[in-house]
Amino acid sequence: MRRVGDAPAVRRLLITAAVLLSALFLLLPLIAIFAQAFSQGVAVFWANVSNVYTLHAIGLTLGIALLTIPVCLVFGVALAWLVTRFRFPGRRILQTLIDIPFAVSPVVAGLVYLLLYGRNGWVGSFLDGYDIQLMFAWPGILMVTIFVTCPFVARELIPLMQAQGTREEEAAVTLGASGFTTFRRVTLPNIKWALLYGVILTNARAVGEFGAVSVVSGAIRGQTNTLPLHLEQLYQDYNAVGAFSSAALLALIALLTLAAKAALQWRANRREAFS
Amino acid sequence: MSIQLHNIAKHFGKTQALEPIDLDIQDGELVGLLGPSGSGKTTLLRIIAGLESADTAPTAGRILFGERDVTHVHVRDRRIGFVFQHYALFRHMSVFDNVAFGLTVMPRRERPSKGEIRARVLRLLEMVQLAHLADRLPAQLSGGQQQRVSLARALAVEPDVLLLDEPFGALDAKVRQELRRWLRRLHEELGFTSVFVTHDQEEALELSDRVVVMSNGRIEQIDTPEALYRTPKNRFVFEFLGEVNHLEGRVQNGVLRCGDAQLNVNLPDGDEELLLRPHEVRLASSFESGVHLPVTVTAISLVGAEVRVELEADWLAAPWLATVRHADFERLKIHRGQRLYAHPRQWHRFKDETARPRQAPAS
Repeated sequence: MRRVGDAPAVRRLLITAAVLLSALFLLLPLIAIFAQAFSQGVAVFWANVSNVYTLHAIGLTLGIALLTIPVCLVFGVALAWLVTRFRFPGRRILQTLIDIPFAVSPVVAGLVYLLLYGRNGWVGSFLDGYDIQLMFAWPGILMVTIFVTCPFVARELIPLMQAQGTREEEAAVTLGASGFTTFRRVTLPNIKWALLYGVILTNARAVGEFGAVSVVSGAIRGQTNTLPLHLEQLYQDYNAVGAFSSAALLALIALLTLAAKAALQWRANRREAFS
Repeated sequence: MSIQLHNIAKHFGKTQALEPIDLDIQDGELVGLLGPSGSGKTTLLRIIAGLESADTAPTAGRILFGERDVTHVHVRDRRIGFVFQHYALFRHMSVFDNVAFGLTVMPRRERPSKGEIRARVLRLLEMVQLAHLADRLPAQLSGGQQQRVSLARALAVEPDVLLLDEPFGALDAKVRQELRRWLRRLHEELGFTSVFVTHDQEEALELSDRVVVMSNGRIEQIDTPEALYRTPKNRFVFEFLGEVNHLEGRVQNGVLRCGDAQLNVNLPDGDEELLLRPHEVRLASSFESGVHLPVTVTAISLVGAEVRVELEADWLAAPWLATVRHADFERLKIHRGQRLYAHPRQWHRFKDETARPRQAPAS
């Protein structure tokens, strides 16, 4: 007996559609990026990449990602712990609130931060009195990047920690383990793959974020220009090769991230197959 | 170490999980907490362990281990061993590391040397007959093996009391039987005080020195298994400790009537409900004077030491169950659809529990 939807014609049609769509929407653009970037030779590509402004943008982007990750990591673990290990009023609302950064358009987030922390904003005007500038400087970029990426780690952890339950931790405590020891030796090993996966997603988004950052950064070349903003500027200046060189860098980071994720998944699967 | 509970109560939000409870457990005793789900037995166990805290208002209860007041002592300092229903082994650690965990997390001053930890863990693993699996991960073990690891892990820290939450609930019947016997032996050998939770009356009666029967957050009876079975204090205990047949009817002039069934009883007039165990029902092909309980056989189960026969009749609200010796079964040639007569060997009655408003006597 044949399974539903297993007619040869249907199968062929679906496979063709899947391959065609993947090629048109995923593979072709990726190839195009690298083709454009190297269209005038490696030398020109290298000149664009090693341009002082590009280098600064790379540095700023990676720096922001590097600062964002630990913040999101601690925040995500703490939040997941709170939501899955304790019962308190407002727990469900909190779980919904976590998703706000996903639900809201990043541009809106950027605008709100600008309104609050800009020189004329509620908090910003107060800080201005102490000569502290958040917006149109790297702290502003960091703030919106954290806002946009903070759900990733918690989102990865919450379902897993809910499924795993609290029994192992309770067992550890009855055996005399302190709270920190329990976390380090029981909780952390159980969630480490999800944690790493969350970090990878956080990193990908932190590096690539455009909307929110473009509102608060001011895009000052050599100062507050992240790689995605730099790319856009180059494109507006009709420097296609320069723009695509930066795009190639971003794509490369994305590919490396995906490779890391695949490797992690492969390892996790292999571990499961073992046990 | 003895355990004393004074006035322990527990609310979850507005629902009361435990009514104020007093309980004394002797040093070296093995006590079973028996009750249906929702009876508060697990909550009580978790309160003893310190995994759950008892109510502090309106009156605060007290928990004593021997002379030591542990009411406000944190779980990790209570010196208990806890065995979970689903084992709760550390899934990323080997069997050896699981058992060693309690020893390796001790403060450095008290912690035994590496060599001693190793020796102790191996000794424990030998005791639970799992030394050859020391390097395995929990997921590679069967349920029964996992539960034995979990027991060894709990015993490694030499707890004052051992608490077990439905320890055999997730295992199949044969393994359960084996582990029960094994726990009993271990308890006799090591002499620890132990409290375990179960919803299986057979397990509670077989394993415990004393059984605490609970329902709806209340203790119904605390007794030895024998006393519990022979002299149940109330109807709940009687019904929970085994299968029960009901006979409801009206007594008039010493005869209980119900439809065309009648039974001579030495009771005052009024509505009555009699309870019978399946082995207290004798089956015969004829009726005697004073006992007229006609029934029809509807189902027969031959497996086991006795034959289980299901009986129905117009005058019965729910089918009866009778257990018959194989010899009697063959002699009576019992088959489905057969008409027989039931003869109670004895019956039970819990008047205080069954008391219902009596109908006005017919004029």
